Amino acid sequence: MGMALKNSSKSRLIGVIGVGSFGTAIANMLAEKNEVMVYARKQEVVDEINTQHSASGKLLNPKIRATFSPEELCGVCGVLFLMVPSTAFLEVTRTFAPFLHPYHLVIHGTKGLVVQLADGEQWDTVKKLRRNQIMTMSEVIVQETLAVRVGCLAGPNISKELGNGQPAATVIASKYNEVIQEGQRLLRSEKFQVYGNFDIIGVEFSGVLKNIIAIAAGALAGLELGENAKGLLISRGMVEMAHLSKALGGTVSSVMGLAGIGDLVTTCNSLDSRNFTVGYRLAKGETLDQILETMEEVAEGVNTVRIVDAFLKTAGIRAPITENLHRVLFEDLPIEEALHFLMKYPFSVDVDFI
Amino acid sequence: MEENYIKHQYRPILPKKNEWPVVKLARERKEFVNKVAALSEERILDLIGKNSEILKEELETTLYREKLRIKQNPWDVDPDDEGPFWGEVKNNLLQIHSEGSRTKAKKLEAYKSVLRKITRRYSEEIASNFKASHYKFTRSMVSYGFSRLLNATRVKGFGSLFSNQYSLQDKIQITGQTAQIRELATKGTIVMVPTHFSNLDSILIGWIISVLGLPPFIYGAGLNLFNISIFAYFMNALGAYKVDRRKKNLMYMETLKTYSKEAIQFGCHSLFFPGGTRSRSGIIESKLKLGLLSTAIEAQRANFQQGISDVSGKIFIVPVTINYHFVLEAPSLIQDYLSMTGQERYYKENDEFSTSYKIFKFLFKFFTKGSDISVSIGSALDVMGNYVDEEGNSRDKWGRAVNTEEYFMSNGKVTIDAQREEEYTQMLGKRIVDEFHKINRVFSSHLVTFVAFELIQAKNAKMDLFDLIRLPQEDLAVGYEEFKAACQQVLDKIFELKAQGKIDAAPHLYRSMDEIITHGLENVGMYHAKRPLIKDKEGNLATEDMSLLYFYHNRIHGYGLEKLF
Repeated sequence: MGMALKNSSKSRLIGVIGVGSFGTAIANMLAEKNEVMVYARKQEVVDEINTQHSASGKLLNPKIRATFSPEELCGVCGVLFLMVPSTAFLEVTRTFAPFLHPYHLVIHGTKGLVVQLADGEQWDTVKKLRRNQIMTMSEVIVQETLAVRVGCLAGPNISKELGNGQPAATVIASKYNEVIQEGQRLLRSEKFQVYGNFDIIGVEFSGVLKNIIAIAAGALAGLELGENAKGLLISRGMVEMAHLSKALGGTVSSVMGLAGIGDLVTTCNSLDSRNFTVGYRLAKGETLDQILETMEEVAEGVNTVRIVDAFLKTAGIRAPITENLHRVLFEDLPIEEALHFLMKYPFSVDVDFI
Repeated sequence: MEENYIKHQYRPILPKKNEWPVVKLARERKEFVNKVAALSEERILDLIGKNSEILKEELETTLYREKLRIKQNPWDVDPDDEGPFWGEVKNNLLQIHSEGSRTKAKKLEAYKSVLRKITRRYSEEIASNFKASHYKFTRSMVSYGFSRLLNATRVKGFGSLFSNQYSLQDKIQITGQTAQIRELATKGTIVMVPTHFSNLDSILIGWIISVLGLPPFIYGAGLNLFNISIFAYFMNALGAYKVDRRKKNLMYMETLKTYSKEAIQFGCHSLFFPGGTRSRSGIIESKLKLGLLSTAIEAQRANFQQGISDVSGKIFIVPVTINYHFVLEAPSLIQDYLSMTGQERYYKENDEFSTSYKIFKFLFKFFTKGSDISVSIGSALDVMGNYVDEEGNSRDKWGRAVNTEEYFMSNGKVTIDAQREEEYTQMLGKRIVDEFHKINRVFSSHLVTFVAFELIQAKNAKMDLFDLIRLPQEDLAVGYEEFKAACQQVLDKIFELKAQGKIDAAPHLYRSMDEIITHGLENVGMYHAKRPLIKDKEGNLATEDMSLLYFYHNRIHGYGLEKLF
């Protein structure tokens, strides 16, 4: 106990866990004003950072030090940015759990969901999911560790643009004002605006749900259906996200914000987006298996479609874009037919959720 | 295997009453009231940012509401000088207003003096009038009187009135973490949070605390109960402070919270009914009133701030459920519930506890007939909802030690952050509700009413609750065999949940199903004029009062048992 207190009193460093493209970009931004320590799992990456100031080739601010010890990182840092891919999120959180204390502030930048299957359920065959089986990343942190003051970063933040110093903004969401203010203090700069939002669940789901619409946008582009169709999709996609977010415990207003509509517009126009690419290649006639075989990292939207589709079965609501994408991705429905179906779907009201 | 409940004789943990925190508090009552008044004033000034205009507005609002209350809703217990007091407040405000040329600072000072008057009056009004001699007398009277009644009816033959074969503990079983609460009460400060179904709870819990050998707890009791002289006597004797639900103004609420916080910090074990009021629907509280609960968190943080980081400054939250076959006020509670249209509306505090005679009549029936009560003491939590061990150390889900102080720290220091503590209060509220569900003890009467109601509802699937209640009685009968089979199905599920630690079940549920049903029918709502569930001449199950059936059925709502129908 005494040891922990002593550690916390000198926790002046800012920690970043994960040195992927987003983690590196955030670490560099943080390093402009603060002392930063990053965590990487592999010894050689740690050595590369400490000697050559780069992580797998991506340049890092020379002031940034690296460690592969979760204990050291948690011991010297009061604020931690958890910037790991969604597939590794649960594992990394568990690795850090023994060293995280209630005084730590943890802010994550991961868009994804973790599913808790009941006994005997298989991920590949699961048809129904209740809300309490679906966890956002902040819910994972709270469940797995003693940290309670948790926040998330979301918004249109393409790492390449951030790295180039192009203007951008992000949302930092947390139930705790303290976390929002600390995040703003640490990240805000002339080129980077940081908005606050208390609806962390809504912000997390906005970031996750927009990936579904991004796949659909890629498909429209692949079918070369034009700009009117894209406008239609973004608008209808936003309506669907609003209803889903509400059913999952978020507010509609978060969908209207930077993490929802802001990120949606960026992703639907970005050829760099993996989700967009999945849709695009589907439209060009490839199957999901063929596409996934040639992708290095998983397109998160594919998982999201599956999770949300299973959630719809227990929530008793409809989400036509998600449902049809599910049929295209997993039930071999030709994409043209899905589109045809959507055009006939009886949406009668433009906006029905405000 | 059944009825293996063992009566314990718990020795008092603090034999000398001079050591009781509540006695110390009573001794220092005057200083304490002054302190609470001063701190409340400070707190209110902080809340309004020391702005004289806002203070003026708040004072005027309070004055207006208090005058209205005196006129429209006077109670016997209200002091005679209320009119003159608020008249004086009005004059003071008028005077300050008329001297328009004052500087801002002077105005603030003038308004502050009015505020001081009000917080002083409120603190004095809230403060308990505990007297150790009354406490002792009440305790022995309750135990003696009740055990005479019990023995007179249960032990046959001459001299039964003086037999000691049965004591109150035969009637009221205490189960759960009794050793832990006794242990922790010697180390830190306990905040007990029971479920609340009946006005009897206040007295019952007072008795339980004394049986467990704990010094008296202080608790906030509705001022309406002090209208009845017998209750007023009991309440004062048990260390109750007064909560007046008619007063919803900022100054009163803040004074009340300050009183509670300071009393906890003083080391007084406290008791809140976190539901705020009796459960109208019979459902276990799922949304708690967080106002008083927040004072436990505040007191804990304040202790840490003052450097009391060891167990002596620790606050332990102990959830308790009180399980009845029968709630005397059920008919009026459920009527309240049904007529509430989802909005908070004013309702008259009008119930069966309105006169001392009715209470005696009830108590006599209660002790001379069947119908047991059990009280489950839950595992202690810290203010963040972590379980604590026998030494008072918090433990996380994996059994690792947790330092509660760290929840209140930023940059290595304990800090005050009202917004953070508001969130923590919500979290604690949710944890308490979880614990309520885990320690809730199912009785035969809950089982039979639950099954009967669900069967009737399943047969009339298209009807909502209000339609069901208006159904003619002949449409409400359920065949015995069908009923019995459904009971078995629900009971199996309850045992399954019990094995997972999600609910508790009374020992009488291990009898044969016919016996359980008979036991349940005999006991459920046994003193109501209209019984919620009976066996009719044909041997079918029927109800005389559908809304009461609904009330008792609600006791095991929230476990997903409805899905079986």
